[in-house]
Amino acid sequence: MEPFTTLTAVAAPLDAPNVDTDQIAPARFLRRPRREGYADVLFHDLRFSAPGAERPEFVLNRAPYRGARILVADRNFGGGSSREQAVWALVDGGIRCVIAISFGDIFWENSVKGGLLLVRLDEPNVAALRGQLHAQPGARITVDLERQCVTGPDGRELPFEIEPARKRRLLHGLDEIGVTLRHEPAIAAFERGYRARRPWLFRHGAARAG
Amino acid sequence: MAGPRTLLEKIWDDHLILEEDGQCLLLVGRHLAHDGSYHAFSAIEERGLTLRRPDQTFATPDHGVPTISRRVEDIADPAQRRVVEALPLNAAKYGFTLFGLDDPRQGIVHVVGPEQGVTQPGLILVCGDSHTSTHGALGALAFGIGASEVAHVLATQTLWRRRPRTMRITVDGERPAAVTAKDVILAVIARIGANGGAGHVIEYAGSTIRAMSVEERMTVCNMSIEAGARAGMVAPDEKTFAYLEGRPFAPQGADWEAALAHWRTLPTDPGARFDAEVALDATALEPMVTWGNSPEDALPVTGRVPDPADAASEVQRAAWRETLEYMGLAPGQRLTDIAVDQVFIGSCTNGRIEDLRAAAAVARRGRAVVPAMVSPGSTLVKRQAEAEGLDRIFREAGFEWRESGCSMCVGMNGDLVGAGRRCASTSNRNFRGRQGRGSRTHLMSPAMAAAAALRGRIADVRELTGG
Repeated sequence: MEPFTTLTAVAAPLDAPNVDTDQIAPARFLRRPRREGYADVLFHDLRFSAPGAERPEFVLNRAPYRGARILVADRNFGGGSSREQAVWALVDGGIRCVIAISFGDIFWENSVKGGLLLVRLDEPNVAALRGQLHAQPGARITVDLERQCVTGPDGRELPFEIEPARKRRLLHGLDEIGVTLRHEPAIAAFERGYRARRPWLFRHGAARAG
Repeated sequence: MAGPRTLLEKIWDDHLILEEDGQCLLLVGRHLAHDGSYHAFSAIEERGLTLRRPDQTFATPDHGVPTISRRVEDIADPAQRRVVEALPLNAAKYGFTLFGLDDPRQGIVHVVGPEQGVTQPGLILVCGDSHTSTHGALGALAFGIGASEVAHVLATQTLWRRRPRTMRITVDGERPAAVTAKDVILAVIARIGANGGAGHVIEYAGSTIRAMSVEERMTVCNMSIEAGARAGMVAPDEKTFAYLEGRPFAPQGADWEAALAHWRTLPTDPGARFDAEVALDATALEPMVTWGNSPEDALPVTGRVPDPADAASEVQRAAWRETLEYMGLAPGQRLTDIAVDQVFIGSCTNGRIEDLRAAAAVARRGRAVVPAMVSPGSTLVKRQAEAEGLDRIFREAGFEWRESGCSMCVGMNGDLVGAGRRCASTSNRNFRGRQGRGSRTHLMSPAMAAAAALRGRIADVRELTGG
């Protein structure tokens, strides 16, 4: 996973609330192997009216926003399906940071695995950022993860909260399975106790044979 | 442990291995997999890892399986077919329990888990699908995860999570006759919003929930994710225990007694505090239907399509305008004046036997005037329905009787709603394009969907049943 430190990039406004993961990555593309890439999947049915035929009105198809690496959305971005392909599509499509009022919880958990930074800001600040991006198409935003700070086109600094574990994983591009396997002795010991407490969960041989 | 605890807190503490940096490392009791778990199996294979607990991993193919037959050759999309074919190969390689396509125990993973007794109270249960919240109906902490976390669970049988906040939704009073569990949860989502439960695990309580069957509670918990919640749960009670007793993977003999003793300790202690409380009066509810592209866009069937002029904010006004354009609806239109092109009855929300009985009770009163299909939630549900003659009722009323799978809820198997076509559906999501590109979905209960099939428009089921 590519670490996230500081990013200064063109930001695109997405005004609608409830942009669900079906919009970000439609179901019919989900069986593609990860290594084949998901850039063309990103917002597919919003971006294209037919394969290769762009909808000119969609924000990421408009010239000033084409190179956007940051999105500023509204409420409940990434709600719905648990498909991590939504994160893959965003990251492969060049987006490394999404700023919104709130996010879908499973999307929130998935994002960090792909090195995608999600930033929660309150409604007035999110609305103000989108307003600036509409007023100055192609304007840039800076996101500094170490300092936990977003700097809008107007130069105003907006601090944001992030959990320490999440921040560290993003900053260093840590692999979670590797982090967990360091705790193997604790897991094994706990599992022995759990098995002793809940023995019935481990005796289903007859049923398994069907 | 000092002080009264909630059901969630008891399960959390029972699975907590350690805490680091505000994150809890949790043992996963059971893991359910399906054809879509393929990316995670690929990931562990590429890294040279293996399954830590194949004995606690259970799988069945559902998302991509055909409903016209049980033949993988009938999956038209080669990528989809490859994924369905990969599941038995992975089961053979890693040794987990598989209910395969040709097994009568196959079905939608969230129907199969409880049906087989794999889902039990007090467990942490996860699956690479957002509707894993369904299993909370039996008093488990159950939630959906993405592909990386599925791989993490396969390799370590653990997950990292911060402690969630708790929300109790208390529904009290006797439901009017035509008001189903689906109507209750749609009313909850309309009330708190599609992200009203964000960061929270919901516990559903109150006399209405207690009076519900276990299957009805599954419908409620299933759509917790549509309220943005991390999970939904109901405290286990005598109904839960009666539901589980004798199921193939439920504990037996002395184990049953030991399990029961543990399960009885799980309900939330009196005086335990929740971070948020919501109350709903079931006696005031009506059959519900959605008009928009978010499950929060739900109204009583007697209502009218909202007017963007009445929106609370500019953002909402613009969103409603776009929604009405996508859905092909006019402000102020009566919901019961909306003509539908087709009907879908099934899914992990409403594909269980009680759902099919409710739909059949309406279907027998007439004949479908638009294409309608029924896909049972599992092959065992299908057989049960056939034993009860429900398939005959549906067929005689002109409904198609299909095999089990996720089918038209997500459209990955080719069961699709065409662009611009309108579907009355018992599924869980009315997102744009959810049932196929350009599809228009209206969510409702099985009885309401059957009524829509008979009338060719959204209909108040009470018109047909006199209820």
